[in-house]
Amino acid sequence: MRKLLFQSLVQMSLTEPAPAADDAALAELGAALANVARRSLGRSLSIREVDAGSCNGCELEIHALANAYYDLERFGLRFVASPRHADVLLVTGPVTKNMRMALERTYNATPNPKWVVAVGDCARDGGCFAGSYAVAGGVSAVVPVDLHIPGCPPPPLQILRGLLALLQTAATAKG
Amino acid sequence: MAGLNELLRKGDIAANHRPWPRARVTAEIWQEAIAALAGGQWQLLGLWGEPDRVHMALRDESDETIAVVSLDCPARRYPSVGLHHPPALRLERAARDLFGIEPVGLPDPRGWLDHGNWDVRHPLATAPDPAPIDKAYTFLPIEGDGLHQIPVGPVHAGIIEPGHFRFTANGETVVRLEQRLGYVHKGIEGLMAGATLEAAGKLAARTSGDSTVAYGLGFARAVEAALGADVPPRAASLRALMAELERIANHLGDFGAICNDASFALIHAHCAVLREKVLRAAQTAFGHRLMRDCIVPGGVTADPGSEGVAAIRTLLADIKALFPALVELYDNTASLQDRTVTTGTVKPHLARQYAPGGYIGRASGRAFDVRRNLAYAPYDKLGFEVPVLDAGDVNARVWIRIREIEQSLALIAQLLDGLPQGPLRIDLPQASGPCEGMSLVEGFRGDILIWLRLDAGNRVARCHLRDPSWFQWPLLEAAIEDNIVADFPLCNKSFNCSYSGHDL
Repeated sequence: MRKLLFQSLVQMSLTEPAPAADDAALAELGAALANVARRSLGRSLSIREVDAGSCNGCELEIHALANAYYDLERFGLRFVASPRHADVLLVTGPVTKNMRMALERTYNATPNPKWVVAVGDCARDGGCFAGSYAVAGGVSAVVPVDLHIPGCPPPPLQILRGLLALLQTAATAKG
Repeated sequence: MAGLNELLRKGDIAANHRPWPRARVTAEIWQEAIAALAGGQWQLLGLWGEPDRVHMALRDESDETIAVVSLDCPARRYPSVGLHHPPALRLERAARDLFGIEPVGLPDPRGWLDHGNWDVRHPLATAPDPAPIDKAYTFLPIEGDGLHQIPVGPVHAGIIEPGHFRFTANGETVVRLEQRLGYVHKGIEGLMAGATLEAAGKLAARTSGDSTVAYGLGFARAVEAALGADVPPRAASLRALMAELERIANHLGDFGAICNDASFALIHAHCAVLREKVLRAAQTAFGHRLMRDCIVPGGVTADPGSEGVAAIRTLLADIKALFPALVELYDNTASLQDRTVTTGTVKPHLARQYAPGGYIGRASGRAFDVRRNLAYAPYDKLGFEVPVLDAGDVNARVWIRIREIEQSLALIAQLLDGLPQGPLRIDLPQASGPCEGMSLVEGFRGDILIWLRLDAGNRVARCHLRDPSWFQWPLLEAAIEDNIVADFPLCNKSFNCSYSGHDL
């Protein structure tokens, strides 16, 4: 273990490099994201993820945000275990009728001000599951949505980009 | 007791069912099959309904016979399998919810996928009932001094899928876990009915996101079986390449997450990096990080080309350079082993009875892997080992994953070395009348069974997708008994059952 830890100390960081203004989209996004987040919410933004019926593909890519390449927490963004600690609900999936009540309760448990981000094509309008007897529709059929991030599933960078767009909108409208 | 082949001879063999036979049987023969299941001679691979019929897929291990037996039930009643063979219990509850076919004698009257929220009862029956079932749900009764209950879910603390766990504990010790699933039921089998192959294929690839390659492969193979089509050799090899990449990505994720649930974050961080490398190589080779929709009936849609092959070779070298140190660290960290060894044990007799696929079965002595036992191309021409252990604990499930990662790396090297040239896809023939196909493929989690019937014009008339988790979730209830509540996340992650694949 000491060898592994030592290697981690001396090797180059895996985290995508800091931005040159013209490229390195990820780190550039990250810097802008942090600035807006600081202005509207102080130093951090807490995110509660809710799977309302997803196939679990979106969750895999949301998980990837935490790995060393994306390192979400360097931007002050972090996932929290309870909606009561959250500023943002990140909702995936078509909302199944069996999850509708749980999503409503999670939304109601989140303190104001709060934003809802619908992640993935299913979360927009139900995607390929729309019209099923078991599906209520997209996330906006159940709770108000501030932003949709498209993709099936959206790659981690796309999710980051979406959070940035939300913050810019939120800073103008509510901040 | 006679073999499954002998039982089939007493039935009426359905025409146009491939590759394994399907026999329509009488209620007496159905009972014989139940007796063989209950007696442990055969294993249940699946049980699913139609509006006036019930099917079960069976495996006779003695001569590796696979078959489907079907019982017509015009009165929508049939003798319950679950009454004598518990692994069928939840499948029968699900088929009752969807089709309204009643398993006579089934000891559990409660809904399973139906929570009373659908505005309709028996949505896939010929004539659905407009009155929904009662929303009330009664958990199994508990009696005893000092017991308390802990309800968890459906929304969990982590970034995971929704489901409800009802723990009954005595102090710290779990005396019973009861699961309630069905929260992410999307009605996939209902949407499949009448769908084109393209639409149905997209649904199949979205049944369980972490197994999108395996489901795409299973659906394509079932369609190809029904139509009697063979895919080009290059397509078969690329399919296997994707399937092994998916297996490595998921096993790496699980290995790290299990260690993380034992509060050992270092392995988790390194595994997450390796997993990301796999997804990036997949993006380069196939144009999608999870390789979704890359497998279609008739072949594959993406070719890695020389750039993709090079990316995968680099990936293999990276994993081979970094992974052994993580394995050594796992093996030599006593505080981590203290959490995983003898925790969450699945006893071998339960593994025999429930026939769970994947690392759960293979960690408890069940030597079954579709790639070897019912080998499909190209695995019939590749060399690999199927690791099997007997301990059945979290540690054994970790080691099976480690060994399978090593095997998959070797398989990918073989696939790249012998990648055939040629077309990626064929045009499928049109079905002239109803035809049925079935497939079993080895996903990272275990064997996925897909059964379908196509109508003339290649529309899907009925498609059933059976996730490996159906026979794994119930074993988690058994494995957690006498463990402490705090070890549940560890046990659960070592199973990593699918919610979406199970709920459909």
